[in-house]
Amino acid sequence: MNLTLKIWRQKNANDKGKMVDYPVTDVSPDMSFLEMLDVLNESLVQKNEEPVAFDHDCREGICGMCSLYINGEAHGPDRGITTCQLHMRMFKDGDTITIEPFRATAFPVIKDLVVDRSAFDRIQHAGGFISVNTSGNTIDANAIPINKHDADESFEAAMCIGCGACVASCKNSSAMLFVGAKVSQFALLPQGQVEATDRVLNMVKQMDEEGFGNCTNTGACEVECPKGISLENIARMNREYLKASLKG
Amino acid sequence: MALDSKIPKGPLADKWTNHKNNINLVNPANKRLIDVIVVGTGLAGGSAAATLAELGYNVKAFCFQDSPRRAHSIAAQGGINAAKNYQGDGDSTYRLFYDTVKGGDYRSREANVYRLAEVSANIIDQCVAQGVPFAREYGGLLDNRSFGGVLVSRTFYAAGQTGQQLLLGAYSALNRQIGRGKVKMYNRHEMLDVVVVDGKARGIITRNLVTGEIERHSAHAVVLGTGGYGNVFFLSTNAMGSNVTAAWKAHKRGAYFANPCYTQIHPTCIPVSGDHQSKLTLMSESLRNDGRIWVPKHKKDVEAIRAGQLKPTQIAEEDRDYYLERRYPAFGNLVPRDVASRAAKERCDAGYGVNATGEAVYLDFAAAFMRYGKEVAHVRGLDENDDALVKKLGQEVVKTKYGNLFQMYEKIVDQNPYETPMMIYPAVHYTMGGIWVDYNLQTTVPGLYCIGEANFSDHGANRLGASALMQGLADGYFVLPYTIGDYLADDIRTGPISTDSPEFDEAEKSVRKNIEHLINNNGTHSVDHFHKRLGKIMWNKCGMARNAEDLKSAINEIAELRAEFWKDVRVPGTNDEFNEELAKALRVADFLELGELFAKDALLREESAGGHFREEYQTAEGEAMRIKEFQYVAAWEYKGEPKDAVLHKEDLVYENIEVKERSYK
Amino acid sequence: MSGILNSSIGRKVAMALSAFFLMIFLLQHFIINFLSVINPDTFNEVSHFMGTNPLIQYVMQPILIFGVIFHFVMGFALEIKNRRARQISYARNNGAANSTWMSRNMIYSGLFILIFLIIHFIDFWIPEINTKYIQGDMSGLLADGEGFRYYEELVHKFEPIWRVALYCLGFVFLALHLLHGFMSAFQSVGANNKYTNALKGFGKAYSILVPLGFIVIALFHHFNH
Repeated sequence: MNLTLKIWRQKNANDKGKMVDYPVTDVSPDMSFLEMLDVLNESLVQKNEEPVAFDHDCREGICGMCSLYINGEAHGPDRGITTCQLHMRMFKDGDTITIEPFRATAFPVIKDLVVDRSAFDRIQHAGGFISVNTSGNTIDANAIPINKHDADESFEAAMCIGCGACVASCKNSSAMLFVGAKVSQFALLPQGQVEATDRVLNMVKQMDEEGFGNCTNTGACEVECPKGISLENIARMNREYLKASLKG
Repeated sequence: MALDSKIPKGPLADKWTNHKNNINLVNPANKRLIDVIVVGTGLAGGSAAATLAELGYNVKAFCFQDSPRRAHSIAAQGGINAAKNYQGDGDSTYRLFYDTVKGGDYRSREANVYRLAEVSANIIDQCVAQGVPFAREYGGLLDNRSFGGVLVSRTFYAAGQTGQQLLLGAYSALNRQIGRGKVKMYNRHEMLDVVVVDGKARGIITRNLVTGEIERHSAHAVVLGTGGYGNVFFLSTNAMGSNVTAAWKAHKRGAYFANPCYTQIHPTCIPVSGDHQSKLTLMSESLRNDGRIWVPKHKKDVEAIRAGQLKPTQIAEEDRDYYLERRYPAFGNLVPRDVASRAAKERCDAGYGVNATGEAVYLDFAAAFMRYGKEVAHVRGLDENDDALVKKLGQEVVKTKYGNLFQMYEKIVDQNPYETPMMIYPAVHYTMGGIWVDYNLQTTVPGLYCIGEANFSDHGANRLGASALMQGLADGYFVLPYTIGDYLADDIRTGPISTDSPEFDEAEKSVRKNIEHLINNNGTHSVDHFHKRLGKIMWNKCGMARNAEDLKSAINEIAELRAEFWKDVRVPGTNDEFNEELAKALRVADFLELGELFAKDALLREESAGGHFREEYQTAEGEAMRIKEFQYVAAWEYKGEPKDAVLHKEDLVYENIEVKERSYK
Repeated sequence: MSGILNSSIGRKVAMALSAFFLMIFLLQHFIINFLSVINPDTFNEVSHFMGTNPLIQYVMQPILIFGVIFHFVMGFALEIKNRRARQISYARNNGAANSTWMSRNMIYSGLFILIFLIIHFIDFWIPEINTKYIQGDMSGLLADGEGFRYYEELVHKFEPIWRVALYCLGFVFLALHLLHGFMSAFQSVGANNKYTNALKGFGKAYSILVPLGFIVIALFHHFNH
């Protein structure tokens, strides 16, 4: 396959940045999207040009590092996958593919397609944990039976990989699916109840301070989420937040 | 220097307790005066950093990813072992210890493994308290599954994402400490050297991967939890960024590197599809609980399949060779990884590989579909003889167990594994070798500790499935935080370590020198070009089967390739910016040194054990032949060039376990 | 509790609560208006009651006005905040791949409804206030004293075709606004459970039938007289 790539190039955080066209030839449909970019970068290095910077690490869809906005969608046109799992067989010979970084004020561009998602970390610092020290003397793991349905739902929320596709896809750049997933994971477990009030208040406060937009329930995040995190988690966070606010 | 493993005296079962009772402690007020650097934020590093901060130390933690949550522990799929005996199937600390030592082909240190088995149960308690959502049964209690090389169900799991859930647990503990200000987190920082002052590790040199700034960080002790070096093979199941640099720099500063040749080649990975391939994807070992591995019995069928004239589903039962079940009736498809991998290679080398490259075998779920389907049909009172219905019901059951893995396979290979058997082939996955550590997890450099996959200690020559997560968390949560106190107790009056010393100057200078060389080299080939060539040498000559001749030529080839790399590599851009090519070049430079030591170690070890298989040393049936004289740890001391490394032996003594032929027949 | 309106979720909930109030009002407004199609006399009687009852006039009416203004002001405030959250927009964005047009354009359907409301106020509400509170005529009778004036006034308003067309368009936008807004309000207050699917169906029916009903009323009076 021969393709034309339109890629966002930006030297660093202060640079203005622009879209640049690159032709790529002999792309195999069995390549992953990132392997296709590897080929482009190899040719750029050969030409003594700067390769395109993009985030990636595990290349099996779990680390959440890769983050491209491809043809107007986070992680590209396929569903239930990250960019590293997107394969070139999703495209046709002669296609023009637009590749941009995840865009949000809270995710400033570092270089080209690489963005800074440390805002997610800071939200977690504010309350994404259960305060239990390492001791080896916590109660036995089976001391508290947990309803299988709740445990499974908690796990489904915990599957979030923190990639930021929800923010990138949301027309408001809202982080509520991400925060909702973390709040839900703990809200569904008995261990999480003790700190539930502070957790949701602190995490939402930090989320707001980071400059994410507000949720208007378009549902784009759920559709684009590579792990299928459900909107129910946002509803649950809203409930938890109301409960916590009323409690004070 | 003689190796002192510092194994405590006394009976095996009491060693750890006695040791904890007798080592020095640092009082809480003094802990505030002590800084500890932790490099790497995977299961080992993340849990260690969090626990050290809980104890009161000032921790600086480093990772090269954009967030500690992205460390490659996150990709572990199948599960974590713990001797809880919740299933009542006869499990115990001793049995887990026994299975691990046997699984490691009697090449691991008894006392360490026993301690690992001992604290394994605490890990599960700790993780559940942290809110890790393990899989549960309908009664609300924790569920278990079975893994290769054992006869009990002791593996705790969270679907096919156990590593993710455990890492997020450690990450949450870390977040709590970052929020409290007890851990200062440095994301997108790569450690490029260890600084040794007066014989003690007192700091590190890092490069800020965003700005290129070279930074000095000091502390009273340095902990490396930087993972394995499987990427020396270029193609592996490791993350693209996984590297040996931290461990290798520690080695160059005096830490011995142990058993580098012990590499785990995982049997169930998706086969290579072409030259563009950048990494290999693992399919969890748990699939072998239900999948049957086979190749055709007849060459003509193999050829017809390769030519696309025959589909695997068209091959009759009697024309299939379920070679694991044939060779190992007792364990069948659940033999340990090294055994399964070698058996696959044996069949493919004999010409029975089922894809175009001849390097793939089938992992078939058809029997599992029917077995589960019949069960469901029986429970629901449906027609058990309606094959189509039974198959459909069975597929639904399999989907709930492995749905995400099947989806992953379909996305990569573009074949529906519910309709046609999966194709799999072994791939580099885990490295049992690593920095040599004593019982306290301290390296041969005082004050420098090494935990998790980066050290060598617990898995011998082969790691059992679901034991890596166990070791990472055991080291980070329950071992290192205690043993490091013994060392730090002497440092309560030292005061802050200055970064303004000749040692820091020298270390920074050497880092800068390398970077400047690479940036100004203006060669003709990219970093990946060299990395791929290194990978080919490693895979062809230091892979699943090795021999003296190949290893000797590998040593030479790697040394030549390294010289060529330094002369001819091209790194575009500058140091003062985000420069992925530069970061890769620095990593590959170290792989090019490690690779040579790897081959040297493999050449020395004239036996077959676990993941190390020497063609010259096999039984008549083609099984690994262990040799008594090699019952030692090969710890290498750096002397300028990898080929000049000096060997130190730590003899392995088994007092509580009988060293037998390792049979899974 | 303090400062809840400064938080993102607090504002979301406030939007939803005002939306619930407005949706209930809308239904009630529709039912009364529809009486004008079925039976002009009943319509007149109910209109007179609503127009003169002190509880409705002095309590409910101010709340309603506040609700309308609040919903608009908060909507605009959130829109501004949301736009700030992405200062550089995508060169290529495929919103249709993951969300409905309605959900992405609430601000525009809302703006059109605002314009409609202003006209609606000029048409009906301001004359009412003028008649009742400035002229002081609380009788609700026609100028000649022959029966209530409400039905006559309604019919009279729908004579010009331009107004009917404008109203119809206004209700189309209202329907679009509701098609997303109805379920969105429930989601915002945290209602997402096993009843959600049933509620979705109800929401769709409400969002289409109520505006459609208003359109029918307008057309009915235009073509019947």
